[in-house]
Formats: sequence, C-alpha cells, structure tokens
Amino acid sequence: MGNALFSSLDYQAIKPEILLTMFGMAVLLFDFLLDKSDKFLNAVLVLIGLGFALLQLGIFWFRYFRFGPPAYVGFDGTYAFDSFAVVAMVIIVLATALAVLLSVKYLEIEDANVGEYYALLLFAAVGMMFMVSGVDLIVLFIALEVMALCEYVLTGFLRGNRRSNEAAVKFFLLGAFSSGLLLYGMSLLYGIGGSTKLAVIAERLRDRPSGDPLSWIALITLLAGMYFKIAAVPFHQWTPDAYEGAPTSITAFISVAPKVASFAFFIRIAFMGLWPLRMEWQALTIGVAIATMTLGNLAAITQDNIKRFFGYSTIAHVGYLLLGLVAAADGEGDGLRAVVIYLIVYAFMNLGAFAVVIMMRRKDIIGDELDDFGGLMSRAPGYAILMLIFLLSLAGIPPTAGFIGKYFIFLSLIETSHYYLAVLGVAYAVVALYYYFRIVVVMFMKKPSEESPLATGLGMRVALGVTLVMTLFIGIYPQPVISIAREAVRPFFS
Amino acid sequence: MAFFHDHILSILLVIPLVGMVPLFFISGENKQAVRWWGNIVLFLDFLASLPLVFWFSSESPNQQFKFIELHQWIPSIGAQYHLGIDGISFLMIMLTTVLGFIAVLSSWNAIHDRVKEYYAMFLLLQVGMLGVFMSLDVFLFYVFWEVMLVPMYFIIGVWGGPRKLYAAIKFFLYTLAGSVLMLLGILTLYLNYTLPNGGHTFDLIELMKHTDSWPLEMQIWVFAAFAIGFAIKVPMFPFHTWLPDAHVEAPTAGSVILAGVLLKMGTYGFLRFSLPLLPQASTNPKVVKVMVYLSLIAIIYGALVSLMQKDMKKLIAYSSVSHLGFCTLGIFALNPHGLQGSVIQQINHGISTGALFLIVGLIYERRHTREIKELGGLSNVMPVYAALFMIVMLSSIGLPLLNGFIGEFTILQGAYEASWHWAAVAVVGIVLGAAYMLWLYQRTMFGPCENPKNQILKDLNFREVMTLVPLVLWAFWIGLYPKPFFNVLDKPVTAIVEQLNPNFFKAPQTKKEAPGIPGGAQAGLRATSKAGGAGR
Repeated sequence: MGNALFSSLDYQAIKPEILLTMFGMAVLLFDFLLDKSDKFLNAVLVLIGLGFALLQLGIFWFRYFRFGPPAYVGFDGTYAFDSFAVVAMVIIVLATALAVLLSVKYLEIEDANVGEYYALLLFAAVGMMFMVSGVDLIVLFIALEVMALCEYVLTGFLRGNRRSNEAAVKFFLLGAFSSGLLLYGMSLLYGIGGSTKLAVIAERLRDRPSGDPLSWIALITLLAGMYFKIAAVPFHQWTPDAYEGAPTSITAFISVAPKVASFAFFIRIAFMGLWPLRMEWQALTIGVAIATMTLGNLAAITQDNIKRFFGYSTIAHVGYLLLGLVAAADGEGDGLRAVVIYLIVYAFMNLGAFAVVIMMRRKDIIGDELDDFGGLMSRAPGYAILMLIFLLSLAGIPPTAGFIGKYFIFLSLIETSHYYLAVLGVAYAVVALYYYFRIVVVMFMKKPSEESPLATGLGMRVALGVTLVMTLFIGIYPQPVISIAREAVRPFFS
Repeated sequence: MAFFHDHILSILLVIPLVGMVPLFFISGENKQAVRWWGNIVLFLDFLASLPLVFWFSSESPNQQFKFIELHQWIPSIGAQYHLGIDGISFLMIMLTTVLGFIAVLSSWNAIHDRVKEYYAMFLLLQVGMLGVFMSLDVFLFYVFWEVMLVPMYFIIGVWGGPRKLYAAIKFFLYTLAGSVLMLLGILTLYLNYTLPNGGHTFDLIELMKHTDSWPLEMQIWVFAAFAIGFAIKVPMFPFHTWLPDAHVEAPTAGSVILAGVLLKMGTYGFLRFSLPLLPQASTNPKVVKVMVYLSLIAIIYGALVSLMQKDMKKLIAYSSVSHLGFCTLGIFALNPHGLQGSVIQQINHGISTGALFLIVGLIYERRHTREIKELGGLSNVMPVYAALFMIVMLSSIGLPLLNGFIGEFTILQGAYEASWHWAAVAVVGIVLGAAYMLWLYQRTMFGPCENPKNQILKDLNFREVMTLVPLVLWAFWIGLYPKPFFNVLDKPVTAIVEQLNPNFFKAPQTKKEAPGIPGGAQAGLRATSKAGGAGR
C-alpha cells in the first residue's frame, strides 16, 4: 500500500487499539449531548467499544493461532502481535470492562459521572495494550507513559476530595521519578545495543563480558523502574496511598489492569531484552520477591482501612508473581505459565472483591473501613457469601481460582529447585489467610454497624456475576486457562 | 441399581452437596423446616452408604481398591477425579456417615440462631470429609482436605463458646500451615515421577508403583512435610495445642465431628499416603523412632493433662491426644497387628469420644456449664443418662467386651512385636486413662446430688437417647464380635506392610513366631529395615 516502512497488515494488527482510541474520543464528544441522568450511556458506549475490541482479539486468536503463523511482528520490528500479547490484551480489556461496570453507580454517588472518566479508562487500556505488545524500548516507554498519565488523572478524579488529590500528587511524583529511572536504564541499554529493539539489545548483551559494569548499571536502573511500576518492595510506597485516596472504582482498576500490563512489560524486557543477564536479574528478583511478600503480608495484618488493606494485599500478590518470574528465569516455561495463570486469576478475584467494597460506598457513608463490613451476613447474605468466596480465592484455598494460581507458582518453584522460596511462599499463604479472614470475621461474626442498603445496580450485578463465575470455574475446571497460558508463553520458550 | 452400585461413592458425595441447594430457598425464619431438611439429607447420606456394608466384601475381591470411579479432570497436570475405597477408607466412610447424621441430630435444640447456615456448613463439611476418605488422586485429596477447613472454621467461629474467634482461626491456621507444607511434599513427589509420555500424574496407585526410584533423602524430606501436615491434624505432640481450644469452644456437634472424623484424617493420611508412598523413609529407624517417641509422649502427656482438667470437655479433648497417640503408635509399629489395631482404635475413638462429647453436650444444654465441680450425683436424677455415660466411659477406657479393649490390645500387641519397651510405656497410658475417666464419672455421677440446680434436671428424651444408641450398639459390636472388622482390614493392612517391606511375610518365620522374646522382635524390625535397604 505505498508506504515502504509500514504495511497494511501493521494497521490490521493494531485494530483493537485503534477501535478503543476512536471510542474513547467518541465518548468525549458524545458526553456533551447527554443529560445528567443519562450519563450511564457513556458507560454503555465504552462497553460496546470494549466488546468490539474483545471480538477483534478473539478473531485474531483463532486466525493466527489455529491456522496461521504464530506471531506477527510489525511496524519495522517494534510491535509483536503474538499469543502472549493477545492473552494479556484480553485480560486488560476484560478488566477494563469490569471496571466500567463497577463505576456507573459509584460515580453517580460521588457525583462525578462525566465522560472523561470513561475516555481516560479507554486511553489507559490502549496504553496498556501497547505495553504488552511492544518489543522496542521507545514503544514500550511511550505506552507506559500513556497508561501512567491516565492513571494519575483518574486517581485524582474526585476533584473536591482532599484525599483523592493528595493521592494523585503522590502517585504522580513517585511515578515520574520511576519513569525517569526507567528511561535512564533504557538509554544505557541503547548505548550498549545501538538499537532500541529488544532482540538486538539481547544479542549485544550476550557479547559483553560477564560482570560488565555498564550492563549492571543499565540492569539495576531498569529493574528499579520496573519494580516501581509493579509495586515491589522497596519501591512500593505509593501503593497504599494511591489505593486509599483514589476513587474506589479506580483503585479496583489500577490494582488489576495496570498490574497485568506492567508484568507483561517486565516480562517483555526481562525475557527478551535482558535474557543474557537472567542470572543477575534473577538474583535481584529473589531478594525483592522475598521482601515484597514479607512486607505485603505483614503490613496487611494491621490495616483497618479496607483500601489500604487491599493495597498491601496486592503487594503480597506481586511477591508471588515475582516468584514465578524467578522460576522462569531458569529457562523453564512453567514459571512464566504460572505467572500468566496467576494474573488471569488475580484479575477476576480482585475485581470481585473490590466490587463488594465499592458497594459499601453509599449516601453519607464512605464505607472503606473494616468496621463498615460489620454484620454483612445479616444485612446482605448474598454479597457476604460472594465476598467470602473472593477472599478464600485471594487466600488461595481450593476449590477457588486463587488456589490454582498459587499451585502453579509453587509447582514451578519446586521444579526449579527453589525449595526455600516455596516454603516461604506457603508460609506467607498462611499469614494471608489470617488477614483475609479478619474481613470474614467482621462480616460473619460481628453485629451490623448500620442497616442502610448497599449501592448495587445492574452493572454491579453483572460484574459480580462474571467475577464469581470465573473465580469458581477456574478453580474447579482450570484446564482451559492452563491451555491458554501455555499458548501465551510460547513466544518466550519455543 | 447398577448405576447406583457403580457410582455409589460419587452419590455419597453429591447427596449433601445437592442437599445444600434447597436450603437457600427455605426461609431462615422457618427453623423447623431447615432442621428437618438438614437431618433428612444426612440421614439419606447414611442410608446410601449402608449398601456398602453388604457389597463391600463381595466386590472385586482381588483388587486393593474397590468401587473405583475414574474420570479425567485436569489432563494437562495429570489430576483426575479418581475415587475408590479399601477396607480402611470403607470403615472411615461408615464412621463419617453415621457420626455426620448423629451430629446434626444432636443439635436440634442446641442451635437457635442462624440455623440455615449451620446446616449448610454441616452438609459442606460432610462432602469434604467423605471426599478425603475416597480420593485416590493426591490433588483431589488435597482439594477436599482444604475444602473441609472452611465449614469447620465457621462452625466453631459462629456457633462456638466465648473464645470462639480465637479457637476458630487457630484451628484454621494450624491446619493450613500443615497442609501447605504437605502440598509442597505432594508436588515434590509429583515432579519426581515422569510418565512414559513425559507428563506427570497425581494418581496414587500409579505413584505407589514407583516408590523405588525415589532416593532416601528426598523421601525423608517429603515424609517430614507430610508428617507435619498429618501430625497437626491428628494431633500429635507437640502440634496438639489447637485441639483443646477448638474442642472447648466448638458447639457439641462440631466437637463430635472434630474428634470423631477430622482427627482421623491425620492418621488416615499416614496410612494412605505417608507409608505407601514413602516406604523407605517410613521404615527408616530414625524416623520410626521419632514418630513412636512422639506418640508415646502424647499418650502419657495427654493422659496426665486430662487428670488435671476442671472442665469436662477439655478433659475429653486431652484424652483424645492420648488416644490418638495409641493410633499413631500402632501405625509406626509397622506390622499387621499395629496397623489393624490402629484403624480399629480410630473407629473406636470416633465412637467413644464422639459419644462422650454428645454426653457433655447434653449436660451443657441443661446446665450451661461443663465445670466438673458444678455437677455431682447426677445418677440420682438422670438414671438413663448415667447408664449411657457409664457404657461410653467404659468403652473409652478399654474394658473387655467393649470396643476400646479390642483396639488397644491389638495396638499393644503390634507395639510389643516391634519393641517391648514401647508397649510397656503405652500400658501406663491405659492405666492413666482408666484413672481420669473413672474419676470424672465418679465426680459427676456419684455421690449426693446437693446442688439445687442439678436436682431439677430432666432425663434424656427419645431423640437424645437415639443419638447415643447407635454408637453404643456399635461399641458392643466391635467389643463382642470384631472379626468382620479385622477381615475388612486384613487386605489393606497386608498391602501396606508389603509396600513397606516386600519380604515381611516371607521373612524367616522364627523371628515372627517369637514375639515373646523382647530382643527377637527388635531384631525383626532391624532385619526389616535392612531388607528394605537391600531392596533399594
């Protein structure tokens, strides 16, 4: 089609992203036409866009991975549309859709029901989709910033709320700092590789002597930046603050979708660009994973604010995910497969738990303290049982999905003889049960603090239904998810 | 009928699971309907398990496991829906269906709030317990093992005594800590056996065939991981501290199930998984020594602590530690008598201690106290109660003609064959056991009934008597005619012993025939371990 650099196939490959961008802009225009009472139509429009993107991804999945070549690398080798990218994109799109469903009622209550919110969610999703498919430092970095900027704005979306503003500023400052670190590492890698493409960088890194100081500095700064984005200790401080201050629907969103994208980003760079340095980053990641699990699990015990609580619980889950990466660094695909399974599982169970938390926000009740869950079983038994199932899943008790996630992490650790990490991991699973059950105790064994009904709506019920079905289905019959995850890691271990 | 016969194990699992569904639709206000439904479902489950009694001995006599059901579940990791039972699991299942029904029957008047959730939890618990005893796939076993923790947590935590929250979470955390270590052990075994097609399997029967290829060091580590998981459940000394708390705080029915069935899962785990999967570690003299010494400590320690208790329920809880010590002693005697005695004693403990908790529950419902000094002379006002208590107490002590005697005697026989020292120490436990139980009975039942609160107590009604009668009958059955039980256990126990030491039954008969000579038995054990070593 004329242009020598990009072919029409390239544009075919980013169809979902183009669709979402267009829908995002359409929402911005459409928003002006809507009365205040009709703002939910924004959400409907966004959902339609996400539905189209999902459909497109589904078509790609069947076309490319059933019949055609396993991967498509386009835009002059900067964009890889492989099975890994598709799976990560599907999780991101689904998580975004669920976040939209969770937001409708919540925004009405917060009186912040405007189109920008949904548009920003879509733009963030587009950024994330490039994060999971970029194989070039520049594409990756720009995608990361697109996501991050949308996140900062969404965190401070409640303009009248002091906590929301404070959280956004903290998040922005620390995020900008980490982006700087990341960019510094990238520039060093460019210096080493002479190219921004991960494949070329990997080749050049292989030629350098081991213990080369320049490679080390590049590695460490890059890793620090990436640990920041995934909220690993000691770069986690922004997490509890941002989680607490952000609108709860955004807390739900940033605890899931950007986490998936950031891990995919990490995996792209670590397993493609930094593969020759895997022993080095594995050693660092072991230390970070231990610290992350320890701090996340221990700090979560004492939290009384439910959003902070989930902030620390997320950090704990990041620790488990890092363990999977440690195992994968030994050249076994099982570790990476475990990470993909864990991310899928985590997305559903965490969004499910947050859905119940969001319902606690009612007129005049902020509902983000542990005590707000008091006697939920007698007030709303159905939702209490749902929350119980999500919490059991987060704690990793079978037959819920969370167990399957943890199971594969431990399996990969034992397979690669990281026995002490496995023992540590299971020990913290016991701690995790304790703090998740603090919520259960309040819900089931305490008296209700007040009786006003929960803020539910159609969107909320749909989101709860989807997350519940997935949490139980993956727990009881994980075979499809395992197959998908095995396909997803094929680009790295073929 | 053929369908019922072929799928009886699944049907036993499904009845309580499906029985939970209507509970969601019955109004929580309609307590009577909820109670009836909960009782009916578990009674049906019991009825459905009865045919097993008649079918069991004639069913596929040449196979170790019967009533097998095998379906693919998660093919990519080699996990299957694989059910099947041998004599040991058969007895455990019968114990579970009987005690499960009796436990809910006993709570008819004891539970007044949140009745619906209460029965739902018991139904879920029943699924988990039965599943544990039926699974022949280690992954499936683990899932059931964990599933059962949640309902038990709620039973203690919602309907328990004053310190219920502490007791419930302690129970959950202890058991979970053990079971996650067990999971790591399971994964190690799983990864160390590769199928011809390059995959792995969780199939117990398949894994059991390939234990020779596992090095001793690995076996010992895995044994340790399993042993911690199972020992916490049993509970063996020094992992027993959750037990008194859980028992004292749990509602009566919870205690009955906890003592009657849940503790047996630990010993069952040793019999079904530790010994057959890790024969070299299990016969390692050092390992055996550790396990036996812990058992002996539990026997003596549990009994001594029981002597000191002021609370009836706590006394019985500690007596469980002592009784389960006998069971683990029997297991690690590693000979047919020890193993058979151990299983029989597990059933006995389920019967006697289950009944004792019911008896404590009955008096607690009337007096709202379990303090021994608050009671006294009850035989004057509650003669039926006193009579039933007497039988149950004597069965717990191990009086001949009742069930406890058969189990303890066989265990002692097995222990003696292994080493007379062990038997000598264990006998002390029996004496102490008689002391604390008789003393308890004397203090609560005999003497003048002086406390006016006790003088007005009503004797048992028909429903209450009916909760105890089946257990008493079963106790007499085992005491008077234990042969069917030994017959059922003969094959599985032989299989375990042969798995541990293929030469056990071929070994020179002189050593086996001279159990009376102390040194001879020990030499026999040494020969056993040597033979095991040679087989490697």
